[in-house]
Amino acid sequence: MDSRYLLVLGLGLLLRWAVSLHPHSGQRKPPMFGDYEAQRHWMEVTHNLPLADWYRNTTDNDLLYWGLDYPPLTAYHSYLCGAVAARVDPSFVALHASRGLETPEHRLFMRATVLVADLLVFLPAALWFAVALRRSRAVTLTVLAVLVLYPGLLLIDHGHFQYNGVSLGLMVAAAAALLGRRDATGAALFSLALNYKQMELYHALPFFCYLLGTCLRQRTWAASVGKLAKIGAATVLTFGLVWLPFLVDAQRAVEVGARLFPFNRGLFEDKVANFWCSLSVVYKVKQLHSVAAIASMCLSTTALFLLPTNLLLLADPTPHNLLLSLLNSALTFFLFSFQVHEKSILLAALPAAMLFPDYPLSSLWFLLASTLSMLPLLLKDDLLLATVATTVFFTVAVNMATGVLDAGRRAAAPKQRSRLTTTSGGPPADPCSRWAVPALYLSLTGYAVLALTSVTVSPPERYPDLWPVLVSLYSFAHFAGFFLYYHLIQFQFFDEKFKVC
Amino acid sequence: MDSIYEVFILTSCLKLLLIPAYRSTDFEVHRNWLAITHSLPLEQWYTESTSEWTLDYPPLFAWFEYCLSQLAAFFDPRMLEVQNLNYASPATILFQRLTVIASDFVLLVGVKKCADTVPGQGTYLTSPRVRLAALTLGSAGLIMVDHIHFQYNGLLIGLLLISYAHMTQGRFLKSAFFFTVLLNMKHIFLYLAPAYFVFLLRNYCVTIPAGGWLPRPQLANTAKLGLVVLGVFGLSLAPFAALGQLPQLVSRLFPFKRGLCHAYWAPNLWVFYNLADKLAVFGARRLGVSVPGSAAASMTGGLVQDVEHALLPAVRPAATFALSAAAMLPALVTLWRRPADAAAFLRALVQCALCSFLLGWHVHEKAVLLAVVPLAVLALRSGPEARLYLLLSAAAHVSLGPLLFGGREAPARLLLAGLHAGYAAQALPAAAGPPSRAYTGYLAGLAAVAVYDVIGHRALGLDGRWPFLPLLVTSLYCAVGVVCCWLALYWHMLFRVEGGQKIKVR
Repeated sequence: MDSRYLLVLGLGLLLRWAVSLHPHSGQRKPPMFGDYEAQRHWMEVTHNLPLADWYRNTTDNDLLYWGLDYPPLTAYHSYLCGAVAARVDPSFVALHASRGLETPEHRLFMRATVLVADLLVFLPAALWFAVALRRSRAVTLTVLAVLVLYPGLLLIDHGHFQYNGVSLGLMVAAAAALLGRRDATGAALFSLALNYKQMELYHALPFFCYLLGTCLRQRTWAASVGKLAKIGAATVLTFGLVWLPFLVDAQRAVEVGARLFPFNRGLFEDKVANFWCSLSVVYKVKQLHSVAAIASMCLSTTALFLLPTNLLLLADPTPHNLLLSLLNSALTFFLFSFQVHEKSILLAALPAAMLFPDYPLSSLWFLLASTLSMLPLLLKDDLLLATVATTVFFTVAVNMATGVLDAGRRAAAPKQRSRLTTTSGGPPADPCSRWAVPALYLSLTGYAVLALTSVTVSPPERYPDLWPVLVSLYSFAHFAGFFLYYHLIQFQFFDEKFKVC
Repeated sequence: MDSIYEVFILTSCLKLLLIPAYRSTDFEVHRNWLAITHSLPLEQWYTESTSEWTLDYPPLFAWFEYCLSQLAAFFDPRMLEVQNLNYASPATILFQRLTVIASDFVLLVGVKKCADTVPGQGTYLTSPRVRLAALTLGSAGLIMVDHIHFQYNGLLIGLLLISYAHMTQGRFLKSAFFFTVLLNMKHIFLYLAPAYFVFLLRNYCVTIPAGGWLPRPQLANTAKLGLVVLGVFGLSLAPFAALGQLPQLVSRLFPFKRGLCHAYWAPNLWVFYNLADKLAVFGARRLGVSVPGSAAASMTGGLVQDVEHALLPAVRPAATFALSAAAMLPALVTLWRRPADAAAFLRALVQCALCSFLLGWHVHEKAVLLAVVPLAVLALRSGPEARLYLLLSAAAHVSLGPLLFGGREAPARLLLAGLHAGYAAQALPAAAGPPSRAYTGYLAGLAAVAVYDVIGHRALGLDGRWPFLPLLVTSLYCAVGVVCCWLALYWHMLFRVEGGQKIKVR
């Protein structure tokens, strides 16, 4: 274990702590506040009420006030935090009385829970994945740094306030397990991730196809069936253990299901950088079609675009294809599915981070675009300063470590996984086209301009949502471009003329 | 882009994130000084006392605050009202924090100039320039004191490094100029003046022919030097001398009514003296001997107060001066005997800072940074000095931890000190042979003390009975480390150092 890995992890922790000094979602905004209050409320509910009532609308549990809408593992986590909270100060989780609590001591407690969650789940998972890649020390350090310093996750978890680090960490750990050929462990870990946040369904198909593909590729039928059985058993066992208290009574399970998949909430809420929201600027989808029609449109487009990447993965289940499919599937869901939130882009960003060693420039660009696409949300939370600081830090740190923005250092770097091979002899060629970096800078400038106008200029009266819409459209253009690009990469469309970067 | 600028950007981003962090009363001190220099005429700067935080830095720092105050008007003019005590609007906080971050640019300039004196190659990420920049611009101590607690030490140490860098290139007058400016910004640097005096005397004001011992005065040089030094002092003090305010200035700059020790004991030699006195009182009480006075009261109370020793002889400012001067003598003599050696000069500077830290009157724990940060330049050049730096900086950073009150900054205290030590351990040159058991044992103990101070004491439930205990333990343990480093540096200086870093003597 290289001591430098610990330094990178320590730096990640320090940045997380520093971001947590900044405002959280819904700060001082009664009556509903924000995600911070939601998480606090779940600690209150799970601590005070019996398990049967957690997902049920009762006099003590008003589901309209931040009712639980994540699977049971989140509920157990909230229960654990609530137990600790009660030990520290019972007023933190006092039933009803603690609504809207925002004292400094309580804030310290809440921020600490996220820090501890990252310390126990995300950071070890990132380290495991980086080491599981079995590359050089430099590459391991780099990918660890990218995972641990990624501003999007820092800002949402430790600024806005959420626990994405747990579900994403479990997913990263699952990928690490699969890299190390521990398929059953990987299946169990991913099941845990899925049972923490149902958004991980975006990643379910790739994991499924990879595991199925691996089983089918075994030497003998017996081995295939045996492997399939092991993986199936691990998955079923994990699900069973998590849902056990809720399977005692069928009614309980139904209640959970209703909370997890609320189809009555509509195609999208706030402005989000996906296909439907962008289309709605010119063609009012929500008004012209019924909910059922919209739902089936989303289903068919998503299913259609999911097929290519996942079928390829099924046919050729390599770890590299797994990561690409995770990215492409998450992006497909983000662009075409129903009820997408801007934070869901994190599900695509993490696989992109995991692919950094292979496609440094595009990965960096995607990670930055994904962070900045959440600007409307971050600006609402007063996190502009934190956004600028973490994003600039990330870019400069990654560039210092890898020289990704500098053509000379890119050319000198050892060849990664490029399908292109330079002819032996002759000077090393820059793997990126010479327009790539200027384009990245231009894209960042666009975001900077949008951010600046959002805070200084008030929108015209006719279009009060102008700035969020512009940011969404701008980000959609980026994501659509990346969608195409990563599909082309996965299907190896590139030759010497079009460089992979 | 020069890699040093990238390090500056990285550390500045971290410092931007720290804008909402804990602020000490020093924040209000500087807001008050902005208000005084902006709103009041010159003659009232050193007589104004609406706030308890009166101006007690030399005039050039007041002019610095004056320049800042011109920009402050664009953020929030209300911070410039003298009556507006403890005003801390979001715009005020943003402005003041930004000035500290921006003033670190001077530190960057100093580091850049010094980086050229550090040999070695390394890759882009591990070159000596980057390592020096990381250890200074990203110094845990400076981040804790400047960017959380709130002060302007980065700016001042930057000036010191600029002065030193000029000295390494034989530019004596420029070096003296920057040092004199520094003296007129914060007079604590007077403790480093003996080293400057000796070095300039030996290498610029006199020459000693090889083989001989009789110094021959260089009158032209001496005159030029005198002109520069007196010129800067003149510019700084003349306006106040003309107003007849020099005695007032002196009383503000040198407030000897304060006690031997700051409210929280800096980890210096007086810690042992205080402890011995306390133990003597305790022992005397046990034996039934009557103890005069009420000196058993808290010496680490939250406010500045006079420390009285009950049984051991009282210590007066003059005694601390004499002791500091005596402690510095071997360093100065060694400096005299190593002409034109820039590394020896830096070593003497660090040693002077340490001597004054260990023996001075009313020393703040922050003063240890004056020794730690410049030592990084030496640490990059040799293994033994690197090892010394690691221990000294670790002890210093842990001793600075208590400055950040409250539970919220607790992770930062541990992470900053730990990251700095971890980085230094793997970035600095290795010394021959593994470190001694005592060395690693001390470092492990340091980590334990840090954790104990942050949560251990409270977790053990001792918070009510002995609230002063964590501070006492921290002071004591860190003092042991600082004293050992001081002695080790002397050992190294007197017996071990071979080659030096020659400067071109004009």
